[in-house]
Amino acid sequence: EDKEEDESKEEDNGSQQNRASRRKNYQRKNRNGKKAREEGSQKKDRGKTAPNKDQKESENEEKKTTKRGKEGENKQKKGRKNSTSSASSNSSDEESLSEEELAMLKEQVEQKKKLISTMRNKPWRMVKKLSVLREAQDFVEKFEGALGKGKGKKLYAYKMMMAKKWVKFKRDFENFKTQCIPWEMKIKEVESHFGSSVASYFIFLRWMYGVNLVLFGLIFGLVIIPEVLMGMPYGSLPRKTVPRAEQATAMDFSVLWDFEGYIKYSALFYGYYNNQRTIGWLKYRLPMAYFMVGISVFGYSLMVVIRSMARNANESTADGDDNNFIFSWKMFTSWDYLIGNPETADNKFASITTSFKESIVDEQESNKDENIHLRRFLRVLANVLIICCLCGSGYLIYFVVKRSQTFSKMQNVGWYERNEVEIVMSLLGMFCPPLFETIAALENYHPRIGLKWQLGRIFALFLGNLYTFLLALMDDVNEKLAEEDVVKNITHWTLLGHHNSSAGNDSTVTPAPLDPADVPRGPCWETTVGIEFVRLTVSDILVTYITILVGDFIRACFVRFVNYCWCWDLEAGFPSYAEFDISGNVLGLVFNQGMIWMGSFYAPGLVGINVLRLLTSMYFQCWAVMSSNVPHARVFKASKSNNFYMGLLLLILFLSLLPVAYTIMSLPPSFDCGPFSGKKRMYDVIQETIELDFPLFVAKIFSYLANPGLIIPAILLMVLTIYYLNAVSKAYQRANAELKKKMQMQREEEKNKRNNKANTNPMLQDLEDLLTPSTKTETPPKQAEDKKIESPNGSSPARKPGRGEALAGSPMAGGRGAAFTPPLPVFVTQPGTLGIRAPYPGQPRPWGHPLGPVPGRGRGQPCY
Amino acid sequence: QDCTFFTRKEILRLHGRYYEMAPNVVPMDYTKDPDVKLPMQLIINMPELKENPFKERIVASFSEDGEGSLSFNDFVDMFSVLSEMAPRELKAIYAFKIYDFNTDNFICKADLEKTLNKLTREELTAEEITLVCEKVIEEADMDGDGKLGFADFENMISKAPDFL
Repeated sequence: EDKEEDESKEEDNGSQQNRASRRKNYQRKNRNGKKAREEGSQKKDRGKTAPNKDQKESENEEKKTTKRGKEGENKQKKGRKNSTSSASSNSSDEESLSEEELAMLKEQVEQKKKLISTMRNKPWRMVKKLSVLREAQDFVEKFEGALGKGKGKKLYAYKMMMAKKWVKFKRDFENFKTQCIPWEMKIKEVESHFGSSVASYFIFLRWMYGVNLVLFGLIFGLVIIPEVLMGMPYGSLPRKTVPRAEQATAMDFSVLWDFEGYIKYSALFYGYYNNQRTIGWLKYRLPMAYFMVGISVFGYSLMVVIRSMARNANESTADGDDNNFIFSWKMFTSWDYLIGNPETADNKFASITTSFKESIVDEQESNKDENIHLRRFLRVLANVLIICCLCGSGYLIYFVVKRSQTFSKMQNVGWYERNEVEIVMSLLGMFCPPLFETIAALENYHPRIGLKWQLGRIFALFLGNLYTFLLALMDDVNEKLAEEDVVKNITHWTLLGHHNSSAGNDSTVTPAPLDPADVPRGPCWETTVGIEFVRLTVSDILVTYITILVGDFIRACFVRFVNYCWCWDLEAGFPSYAEFDISGNVLGLVFNQGMIWMGSFYAPGLVGINVLRLLTSMYFQCWAVMSSNVPHARVFKASKSNNFYMGLLLLILFLSLLPVAYTIMSLPPSFDCGPFSGKKRMYDVIQETIELDFPLFVAKIFSYLANPGLIIPAILLMVLTIYYLNAVSKAYQRANAELKKKMQMQREEEKNKRNNKANTNPMLQDLEDLLTPSTKTETPPKQAEDKKIESPNGSSPARKPGRGEALAGSPMAGGRGAAFTPPLPVFVTQPGTLGIRAPYPGQPRPWGHPLGPVPGRGRGQPCY
Repeated sequence: QDCTFFTRKEILRLHGRYYEMAPNVVPMDYTKDPDVKLPMQLIINMPELKENPFKERIVASFSEDGEGSLSFNDFVDMFSVLSEMAPRELKAIYAFKIYDFNTDNFICKADLEKTLNKLTREELTAEEITLVCEKVIEEADMDGDGKLGFADFENMISKAPDFL
């Protein structure tokens, strides 16, 4: 109706204006060579689109003018659009500046489409959206047909659909992946009740389980299963048979429980394996495989630990950069809008509360300051006490180990004497950490730092224990080695004697083979070491579980049920419920893993036991935590990356590598058991394989590679590389800090600017009024618009991103317009249209407005 | 329908849901643009919103009259904005509306306190709440007027890693 009328008027206008613009255009073409090239490319466009238009429009005489007319109309439409939908994208402003000479109809339609597609992003009421949408759709339909892009639309729609599908698929896949993570729900549940620090332990446990599964697969797949399937069966060799003297009791539970008897002579331990070079029809080189698996267990573990450490470090730097809004984010983004399940909602509420408390504690911690001298004194005192404890426990273990050596020389000692070392170590591990915790209460650190101290101390304690144990074991091994020499001779003589006697009796009959159970044999120190580690692991598991059961569960039950008939409040008073002991549990896990690494070479079955242990402890501890523990009184947030745990693990890995490497490299293997028997050193198996199974030149290359002349430079090179990389990373860190500082400054600046904006804006407007009288008519509406942007009334701010986008989206158009277009001609065309347009009522802004704002905003328009 | 992030099918399904809530009020066909509204009480009992601590606010900020009754258009709009496909900017706008309890276009301390209480089910002590609110204002308030305008809010929320 009214609008239609407008349109026709506008069209007249447009053609008029277009003629003018064309004239101007030609002038410019002469002026600028670059422009001409652009025009050329444009013409191609035009050639494509022109025929269609020809049919549609009949009023214009030649193609080019058709184009112009079209363009003008386009522009008008856009102007109108801008005025009707106050918040549509500003991009058309840019466009109208440049389109004077660049008839980018295609781009325009594209933009319209963009408007349509971004329509949903506008925060308007649906009714308004609908009306605006209809208008825009009409527009696009009309001109898309004109451009012959209707066909493209289908393709485009198809493409969009595919993109959407792809996104959906990716999301589904992500969901699937998260579902596949084991125990995710369990851990989340624990996290929501106990905070991230307790959850970090369980995540660590889960990670450990994964690593151990891989190790388990490695060892079982490459060593144990081939041996069981293809190796010689039980009883065929002395090393695979229980000695005659032990056979009577070999199946007793008490014997089996000590990993003697049948278990000792099974594939779970080193001694069972034969030194045959190849076994079975596959010619599987078992000794070689054994050695390589032993090494690759360490190699894989090192790689995994270091990789995950690096990843954690990356993550922590990635999201740790902007912690200005901790509370705000917590407040506004912590609720998960997808929660529909009341139980989950409960958990979420609990976890949000916990996380708030964590942050509050952090905040209070940072604000507190007290008597610093007293605290220093207390801290020193605490450290002295703890060092005393450590020394005491070290001495205790040393003493016990010495005693056990005397016990081992005696006959028929009791169960306690045999297991004294393990018991003492477990007791120390049980009672020292709480003691440390009590002492640490003196120090009054922030819980997170306190946890690290605690971890460090318990680590020292455990490490001392472990190494004392190892030294004792070493003594044992040395004794065994001495014993072995004697036994070797005896065995030799026995065999020889047997042979002689049978040969002497009847030389024609082959001597009846000595029963494998009767052959005297050496002590086989490798198996002994393996058994020690397995025993230690098992006793550790038991102690852990019993501690949980008694210390947590029974206590919780007692507190809960006896509380009804007790003279004081048990829940609040002395026994109360136990807290989950993160540091102790983490260290237990770490040391257990160290034990596994050390022992797995001599007892391949150890990893299997460990996998079982981790699996059960996951469920058991989850249950224990949820059923009988209370959240820490001071909840705190664990550092997001548990790199501290990883660091401990790496240290333990390194420490456990040392003894194994030492035994492999410098102790001779037993003569009558294990895959390396008969060799001088265990690593001889590699040389043997290379010499026998590879062509000669490989052996040669290998000998060159092993040459110290090559190894020392290689090490040197590595050290230099490390130094260089270290320097580079430091430089990056500095740059990073610098950037952060800059960002901070920018923020401050922004803040200031915002404060001053109210003052500067009117000034700018005045300036503008003075400079361009022709745009004067436009300023009032623009001002209104500016104000609208400033006032955050929910709907208008949406324009900001839209505006920025539009500016970024067509920088070419805008930039070109600014750079190459002399501003004057633009305004030559301007007044005419303004004059006609202005009298129309009901039009919030003159449609020529789009030309104005660019200079008005003062955004890099040097010409004005 | 280009106004939302839904396909035609999804919108029809939404209409089904809308219709389900009050079969006697809502007409089946919308060709004649009837003016029907559902009260807030019905909407917030949808399983999608039931557990949400801000359900009243969500519904209120999408309703045209601010009272919480939703026409079908508003209803679709609400789900469109809350859907996964909606961009962050749009969500930020509505999030601001949601958290602005007294609809004065600013998030002031009272709003923050209400938000916090809803989030934690009033398990924090009064001091803790005031502390947190002060911290939030301190962190996010750029122009120093003691409350969060939309610009502050958007600036803060756009940097949040897990604003969905």
